[in-house]
Amino acid sequence: MNPTITLAVAGRVLLQLRHDHRTLAMLLVLPCLILSLLWWIFIDAGPAFDSLGPPLLALIPFIVMFLVTSVTTLRERSSGTLERLLSMPTGKLDLLVGYALAFGLMAAVQSALAVGVSVWLLDLTVTGPVWMLGLVAIADAVLGTALGLFVSAFARTEFQAVQFMPVIVIPQILLCGLFIPRDQMPRALELVSDVLPLSYAVDAMTSVTTSVSDAFGGVDADVWTDLGIVAAFAVAALALGAATLRRRTA
Amino acid sequence: MMNSAVVTPAVEVRDLVVVRGAVRAVDGISFTTRPGEVTGLLGPSGCGKSTLMRSVVGVQTVTGGSVTVLGRPAGSAPLRHRLGYVTQAASVYDDLTVAENLGFFRRVLGAPAGDVDRVLAEVDLQAQRDRVVGTLSGGQRSRASLAVALLGEPEVLVLDEPTVGLDPVLRRDLWDMFHALAQRGVALLVSSHVMDEADRCDRLLLMRDGRLLSDSTTPELLARTGSDSVERAFLHIVEEDAA
Repeated sequence: MNPTITLAVAGRVLLQLRHDHRTLAMLLVLPCLILSLLWWIFIDAGPAFDSLGPPLLALIPFIVMFLVTSVTTLRERSSGTLERLLSMPTGKLDLLVGYALAFGLMAAVQSALAVGVSVWLLDLTVTGPVWMLGLVAIADAVLGTALGLFVSAFARTEFQAVQFMPVIVIPQILLCGLFIPRDQMPRALELVSDVLPLSYAVDAMTSVTTSVSDAFGGVDADVWTDLGIVAAFAVAALALGAATLRRRTA
Repeated sequence: MMNSAVVTPAVEVRDLVVVRGAVRAVDGISFTTRPGEVTGLLGPSGCGKSTLMRSVVGVQTVTGGSVTVLGRPAGSAPLRHRLGYVTQAASVYDDLTVAENLGFFRRVLGAPAGDVDRVLAEVDLQAQRDRVVGTLSGGQRSRASLAVALLGEPEVLVLDEPTVGLDPVLRRDLWDMFHALAQRGVALLVSSHVMDEADRCDRLLLMRDGRLLSDSTTPELLARTGSDSVERAFLHIVEEDAA
């Protein structure tokens, strides 16, 4: 791995986003609009936004970055630029970490906006430290990026890449505790949800919004554990993604 | 002139076999190219030219035989600075400008900043430097891709059909540039399916169905087959081979 090349990759991905005004606008504005819609739906129905907002803050960066990354990497594979980069001194990790850096940075901006809108405009009740919401969101985004990189290896077209979203994302949305607390689900499903990374992301978000602690960072140690699990999944997905990048192909 | 006997071969291919699916795309090919030479790889499309070139670059999974570039196994790490490669499809980012593409690949290669302007001039794209690649014509896009391969002054250039779709003036200019590079000691391996590009090459490799039909200079080829054009020579060899 070479830091100059890693940063060059990250810079290039951001430059591509800067050229694509529509995608950039969608990345930054859409999460805020969805959260506002959610707030509006429950405006006459009590404090539901307080319990549904945090899971959505965890889900949105994951879904968006998963989609954006799987399509971008697929394009890189099919346009021949990946082959060209791998015939140059680029390391696999330069590519993966470069992508993760660029989309992690985008996620930071996206989450800052989404958290800002939720907390200050839509009055989301956050008992714990607000910055922690941003940190969890970034971890989710990096996880989405890592999984997107991984699945792009199994898609031949952008159409197929998009089809992976229901496979990877929707089961996690159903099982993450958004609709019913995980411990109230049938035991088998609860066990499944225990091995899905989004469950931990949602747990962390919910915990930050509902509790405060004297422990490190103003949050329960559980939040750090959840965050660590999400990060571990992201690293594992990046490693799997690295395994799908081959200098030599048939 | 350098004495070719003491010069390390630029590319040395020995008994190369590449099987793709059920097809032997490259079927036992051997040849050597030297620095300072433009070697043409000619043959109909689908004959295995691209697979052979990818093997030289080191991005192709090979079944048997060996490929050595500048004395090292093809694709090994020290070669990644020293070899430039242009694929048939322009391998550049459509959503970036020409200069942004070159700037990115320059940083990846660790080439000096001045290289961007140098290669833009070499492929005659200065006027398009700030245009987004996706808005360029096909010929301009492939020149942008060629410009990337020239970054960092590689010693070996592998160019897969670099002149497809270009107007005759531009084609002539590019071939002049290839020869200028060869004069500086660069070894070029250039593929084409257009036989009339053959007389632009110092040496010719004729390929068909994954096999090498001929490896010689153009005058040698014409003299041996008693033909007045490479196209006829190719037909002559194919018929001889079938007989």
